[in-house]
Amino acid sequence: MPEEKITAGGKSSGTYNLMSFDESRRRVKAGLRKRHRKERQFRLMGIGSVLLGISFLVFLFTTIIGNGYSAFWQTWIQLDITFEESVIDPDGNRAPEALSSANYSRLIRGSLLEIFPEVTGRRDRRALNALVSNGAVFEIRDLVMADPDLVGSTRSLWLLADDEVDMLIKGQVDRSLEQGSRRLKDTQIEWIDQLQADGRVEKRFNTLFFSSGDSREPELAGIWGAVKGSFFMLLVTLLLSFPLGVAAAVYLEELAPKSRWVDLIEININNLAAVPSIIYGLLGLAIFINFFGLPRSVPLVGGLVLTLMTLPVIIIAGRASLKSVPPSVREAALGVGASQMQVVTHHVLPLAMPGMLTGAIIGMARALGESAPLLMIGMVAFIVEAPGSPLDPSTALPIQVYLWADSPERAFVERTSAAIMVLLLFLLLMNVTAVWLRSKFERRW
Amino acid sequence: MQISTLILLLAAVLIAVFWLGRDKAIRCAGGIGSVRKLHSLPGYYGYYTAIWCGIPGLILIGLWFMAGDVLILQQITSQLPEHLRQLPGPELSLVVNDIKNMAAGQFINPARIGELSDAAEQYTNLQDASRWILAWSMLAVVCLGFGWAWSRLSPGFRARNRVERVMKTGLILASTLAVFTSVGILFSVVIEAFRFFQKVPVADFLFGLNWSPQTAIRPDQVGSSGSFGAIPLLFGTLLISGIAMLVAVPLGLMIAIYLSEYASRKVRSWVKPLVEVLAGIPTVVYGYFAALTVAPLLRNFGESLGWSVASESALGAGLVMGVMIIPFVSSLSDDVIHAVPQSLRDGSYGLGATRSETVKRVVLPAALPGIVSAVLLAVSRAIGETMIVVMAAGLAANLTINPLEAVTTVTVQIVTLLVGDQEFDSTKTLAAFALGLVLFVVTLILNVIALRVVRRYREQYE
Amino acid sequence: MSNEAAIMEAPELQSEPRRIEDATAVQEPAAKRDEPMMMDEEQEGKGHTVGDITAADPVISVRNCNVHYDDTCALKNINLDIGRGEVIALIGPSGCGKSTFLRCLNRMNDTIDSARITGTFNLYGEDIYAAETDVVLLRARVGMVFQKPNPFPKSIYENVAYGPRIHGLATSRAEMDDIVYGSLERAGLLDELKSRMDDRGTSLSGGQQQRLCIARTIAVNPEVILMDEPCSSLDPIATAKIEDLIDELSRNYAIAIITHSMHQAARVSRRTAYFHLGRLIEVDATDKIFTNPGHRLTEDYVTGRFG
Repeated sequence: MPEEKITAGGKSSGTYNLMSFDESRRRVKAGLRKRHRKERQFRLMGIGSVLLGISFLVFLFTTIIGNGYSAFWQTWIQLDITFEESVIDPDGNRAPEALSSANYSRLIRGSLLEIFPEVTGRRDRRALNALVSNGAVFEIRDLVMADPDLVGSTRSLWLLADDEVDMLIKGQVDRSLEQGSRRLKDTQIEWIDQLQADGRVEKRFNTLFFSSGDSREPELAGIWGAVKGSFFMLLVTLLLSFPLGVAAAVYLEELAPKSRWVDLIEININNLAAVPSIIYGLLGLAIFINFFGLPRSVPLVGGLVLTLMTLPVIIIAGRASLKSVPPSVREAALGVGASQMQVVTHHVLPLAMPGMLTGAIIGMARALGESAPLLMIGMVAFIVEAPGSPLDPSTALPIQVYLWADSPERAFVERTSAAIMVLLLFLLLMNVTAVWLRSKFERRW
Repeated sequence: MQISTLILLLAAVLIAVFWLGRDKAIRCAGGIGSVRKLHSLPGYYGYYTAIWCGIPGLILIGLWFMAGDVLILQQITSQLPEHLRQLPGPELSLVVNDIKNMAAGQFINPARIGELSDAAEQYTNLQDASRWILAWSMLAVVCLGFGWAWSRLSPGFRARNRVERVMKTGLILASTLAVFTSVGILFSVVIEAFRFFQKVPVADFLFGLNWSPQTAIRPDQVGSSGSFGAIPLLFGTLLISGIAMLVAVPLGLMIAIYLSEYASRKVRSWVKPLVEVLAGIPTVVYGYFAALTVAPLLRNFGESLGWSVASESALGAGLVMGVMIIPFVSSLSDDVIHAVPQSLRDGSYGLGATRSETVKRVVLPAALPGIVSAVLLAVSRAIGETMIVVMAAGLAANLTINPLEAVTTVTVQIVTLLVGDQEFDSTKTLAAFALGLVLFVVTLILNVIALRVVRRYREQYE
Repeated sequence: MSNEAAIMEAPELQSEPRRIEDATAVQEPAAKRDEPMMMDEEQEGKGHTVGDITAADPVISVRNCNVHYDDTCALKNINLDIGRGEVIALIGPSGCGKSTFLRCLNRMNDTIDSARITGTFNLYGEDIYAAETDVVLLRARVGMVFQKPNPFPKSIYENVAYGPRIHGLATSRAEMDDIVYGSLERAGLLDELKSRMDDRGTSLSGGQQQRLCIARTIAVNPEVILMDEPCSSLDPIATAKIEDLIDELSRNYAIAIITHSMHQAARVSRRTAYFHLGRLIEVDATDKIFTNPGHRLTEDYVTGRFG
């Protein structure tokens, strides 16, 4: 080891004191342990942050799936319904008007009383009737309408149970609570237990959830209306924003001369991409609904608003995709005498299309999950009917989540979570498609 | 004649016209063998004719959509009974709505059925007539356009250049849409806000400490005046965004650092998409999560410590919003950290620095402008975030810095003021637009600064 | 192949696609490694290094150094001493392994999983690759100057103070001033920059930047300085200044310098080592290498027949 003190090198006579090798080594060594400890701490902080981030994700998903999976099953109650002619069709002529307006709830009441003859008193009877969903009436009506010959016979039918019964069967009602602090009375619970013991209670796959529109009754509420609303909205958005976005991207990337106007457009696009979505809602309310007089709550207006919102995303993605097409392609096409427009439409656009589609899908995924601007244009209305066209009032999937999350009934909690699961599934599908497209068509130039 | 059939007919006509034009061009040239005599490819002559028929037709339909109904309604209202015509604007529009509904056979206002049935019938008739007028005028326009284009077709005609000029105009129009959107936003927000400030002074709005927008239905009601001091809202917004930033910035930044400086390629390829999933989850899901899971957790936790936590505490909303913004911060920071040249890291390692020293003393300072702009963008995101706060934050405008209490935000108030049926001119509704203006201006400023900073930063290393 | 080169060059960290582009010395593709090495062996007997590999007063001595990346052999059986107060030039065609060799000496290609480094590397008799050797301390003792000047985006003062600060070399502001000004003085920069200490390091000219990087390295008080083509991005005047500086520095430090310029090697170095396809072909006094090489490959290279 060189022990001697180094004198200042070069021509300088040593204006500045220099440390010996040994001294500096000693000082480095003195700090080593602390530095390595800090290094380990920093690394642990990094790992901790990553784990925390991922655990948020896991927590979120387990909560939602844990809350929501049960909504895909629904409790049904088996009752022996006697289709008494005196109740359904006192005139005996099987007129459809009579059949459709008959008092079918009396049939249900009757069959429940047959099972529980000991129940007397108005309040108890009402409590007993409350075990079956209000929707069961329509179930029976539809049966009779489809087959009027049923009148007079007795059939064993599975009828939709009330949401509170459903909750009890799914184990989400705390039986140990006092009667006042839960919705089901003790007697009701006893009846349900008896029904269950008789084998008259069954959990089935919940097709209603996927096929019906919104309802105040949780057991009747479904997402079909919201899904259709979202579908129409995305359709409008896609049809408008994709061609417009591609056109704008092509102009800005391929044809636009460098000018202040083009700069202004670019700045505008970048800023619009970061404008809060609720502002677009205000725009939609003031311009589309108030100024142009378009109706509230319709997917068309929602689609227009979402178009304006996703357009910047699609333009930016489209430009990036056009940029990745090497200039040699353009030069080659120009070299054989194609016009600028032909170069773009015949050569550049086809090559850039997968990237643009990917951008469009990602934009659509964002639009699908967006709710704030839709609140502004009145898509929060309670609408039972599924829309038949983009001009019918409807909600959207995320708005349905918002509406249900606000509902006090316990059964809506699982439905909200289930609707979220459906929403996330759609988003997942879209993103997977985007990733697949990107990996399939990705070119390395 | 339905509009959709009309549009379909137009489309069919356009296709036919395209083939006609193309065919004429080929014949002019003297058959398919000598198309070389043509200036452009035959298809362009077809497009040219189709454009001359299609664009006037589409303009006509557009005009009809914009003006047709308005004209008819004017006609109808002018023929309404005198007492109805004298009604103030909003009520008159209700009457018009009744007429429309009656005409569509949807809902009949029993109170007005006598007075309006004539009008409704007339409305239907006029609508029908206007559609026929549209159809005939369209036929005329299409024929004129076709005649004009047809007369110009000759082998020397520069069809391609004409078609391309039209295409280019279309592209330019599409690209200006962004500017129109911005103008539309400004127009809609500023005008309504201006009307609001005519009713409520700007200073009262910007510096007022009291927010209770409930205007009275009866004049003697308590709090009838309604006060529109935005300070509690701005403060609540800042409080919740601040909590969100406290969660998102350190976590997002550490994740970005870990992934870009420490993690192996394999870990990175797994973790990065996972973190980005957080960004893809709709905000309404976060809102639900905040309201139904996080808020009760916080309340129970607070109770166990003896604190009283509001069930719509700023903390709950802020925490969840922070989680939502983590991937935003982390992916933006990841980009800027990646932009720091590797040679700087080499220099630092070569001097014997540890990784954390290199990160803290070289990489982060070098990436600082980019990180600052990422944080600014994240703040603007947090301020504008709506669903989480609508679902998990409160409605009462408390002026407090205690995160365990409920506060309300600008976006929550916009939503509460505008959701539900109300007349458009009430102070409440206008107040929502004034809040929207504040929100727009603040986020715009943040975005502009951030984009500028990041652009300058990129230039430094590129 | 670029992947492999990147693995070879990426220092310290796990290899990343981005780093491939950024790594300072990617210009040394590893392609030639795939060519059969046996040819030389057959032609040149056992493939022993020609000349004298030892130095009188070795600071670093390397014996039987082999470096493999997966199945490819990057360096094969290298033996070399670097003596005190000497400048040794490492020359050879691109991809011959000079850079890999240099980076082995301060463990800059440490954490590359696929790299297997065998052999003994001693710094004053201490094993560089021993488990108890602290790489932080090692790099403080064996400094490195890179191909492209890479000053930190900090002030000139802070650039030089960086190393001493992280290592805790100065206990007071006065000591730090001593180190910073002393290092700048020895790098011949003090007179030029004395009045500009607060300017950013990146605002200097290329040559000044590279000398600043040398000053930054000296400030940590290393015993050995490794230079990886320090002049390749500089103009002739700046290059001349750096060469003068290297000459000055050689009084106190052992310096190993990679260069592609034969003239530079001849001007600055006392000894020259010629690498070829992962082998150390010949080591000798510089004038001997350039006037009377002992190996045909060396002769071909120095006479410009390839490289």
